[in-house]
Amino acid sequence: MSKIIVEDLNFYYGDVQALKDVNMTIEPNEITALIGPSGCGKSTFLRAFNRMNDFIKNTSVDGSIIYDGMNIVDKDIDVVELRMKVGMVFQKPNPLPKSIFENVIYGPKRHGLKKKHLQKELVESSLKQAALWEEVKEDLNKSGFELSGGQQQRLCIARCLSMKPDILLFDEPTSALDPISTMKIEDLLVQLKEHYTIIIVTHSMHQAARISDKTAFFLNGEVIEMGETGEIFSNAKDNRTERYISGKFG
Amino acid sequence: MKDYHDQLHNYNTKPKVMLNRLFYIILLVMTMFSVFVLAILLYTIIRDSWGWFNWDFITSMPSRKAENAGIYSALLGSIWTIGLTALFSIPLGVGTALYLEEYSDKANHINRFIQLNISNLAGIPSIVYGMLGLAVFVRFLAFQRSILSGALTLTLLILPVIIVSSQEAIKSVPTNLKEASYAVGMTKWQTITGVVLPFSIPGILTGSILGVSRAMGEAAPLILVGAAGYINFAPKSVFDAYTTLPIQIFNWTSRPQAEFQKIAAAGILLLLIFLLTSNAIAIVIRNKYQNRID
Repeated sequence: MSKIIVEDLNFYYGDVQALKDVNMTIEPNEITALIGPSGCGKSTFLRAFNRMNDFIKNTSVDGSIIYDGMNIVDKDIDVVELRMKVGMVFQKPNPLPKSIFENVIYGPKRHGLKKKHLQKELVESSLKQAALWEEVKEDLNKSGFELSGGQQQRLCIARCLSMKPDILLFDEPTSALDPISTMKIEDLLVQLKEHYTIIIVTHSMHQAARISDKTAFFLNGEVIEMGETGEIFSNAKDNRTERYISGKFG
Repeated sequence: MKDYHDQLHNYNTKPKVMLNRLFYIILLVMTMFSVFVLAILLYTIIRDSWGWFNWDFITSMPSRKAENAGIYSALLGSIWTIGLTALFSIPLGVGTALYLEEYSDKANHINRFIQLNISNLAGIPSIVYGMLGLAVFVRFLAFQRSILSGALTLTLLILPVIIVSSQEAIKSVPTNLKEASYAVGMTKWQTITGVVLPFSIPGILTGSILGVSRAMGEAAPLILVGAAGYINFAPKSVFDAYTTLPIQIFNWTSRPQAEFQKIAAAGILLLLIFLLTSNAIAIVIRNKYQNRID
């Protein structure tokens, strides 16, 4: 049973078509990597899953993304409820100007979790899941800005996890990080897929090869090829995929 | 290549270093100029008011006899009008700024027209607001020559300043912080209270301080909406007649007796203290929020 089914998705910025007839299925408890050169539509596609494209003026969309029995492309769905189930981690770590504790509890607290002991439990479990607990447990009241870049990114992951989401979207989560921090995040993603369905946009083909189960190659708004990651990387069917992966363009 | 290095080594850096030094001194003198003017102002005021600025002066009602004259009613009048002005103008200004920045469609012609108007209103002379206040609040709404009329007029006067500076503060909230909030299922209003306002409050307060300080020093529009020159009782409600510090000072300076010039100096000193104290309080509050962000 697929988690998400995308059918004939088209997306336009004004007159410019950014996604062309995208069809895809996302399987539960897998990491799906979206790769392709800059401007190929992979980030637009990712942001369609939690409707972050809504903030961009003058866009239009047709086709369907079926998740949890509803078409989330539909203008009338409850976007707030959708985003509670579909978390997102951004390219640049974006901790809020608050303490570590307040960063993690931000979502649940504002959605009504007021009991202090429940908040504490949730912060601890979320930080543990995000592999940050051991590093910050002594100073939860410190500002989120005082952490290193890699720690900030894991804090942002913990902020998502505290909402107990179903799907996690990652938009080039390690592009601003050093190799050690990147490795930690990659290890974390592999652990997280046990409980969540993960979709990740990445510029690093090595990253896609290391952690993902499925890989989709985007070019000019089209999905050129999608399949098992091992298959795509060793035995791409399309010439363009092979050329991109081997570094001949992009 | 060798020539080039020789040239580099023989290059005379002295003129550039001198120029650098010269500009440092010029800029320092420019800065000192305003400090110097303020110092002279303070010096002459303190000299003139010496012996007149005391507790009796602050707690006495004005009088025709200089030796009995005090500023109590004007001080209370200023506290009432400025308090009300802040109460009206800050929520209204911040609310407008939030609407314009977060909710309104900026491509919409009506919204652009509103924006243009607000920016222009900031440059209108205060006396014009006085005439508007006279027509609308004193006459049409029949608030008479009351504290309420004065405060509402001052509110109109400083609203554009508060709106424009709040807009700038709200604009400076990084998009990625707002996205962080939306991404965990926050509504726009939750994002405003959770991220936008906490982040922009130092900037909003700076604009509000500037606006309210301006209102504190205004006399012209209040004279038009009927602040009195002589009040010998403490106001008890917003519908009472009133006077304010700048008006009381103006009234004293226009009297022929030399003693009243001394009294006026004492009044100016009190106005400055009043202004600096309220600014200091606002700055402390601002810094408290600023530290939370940094």
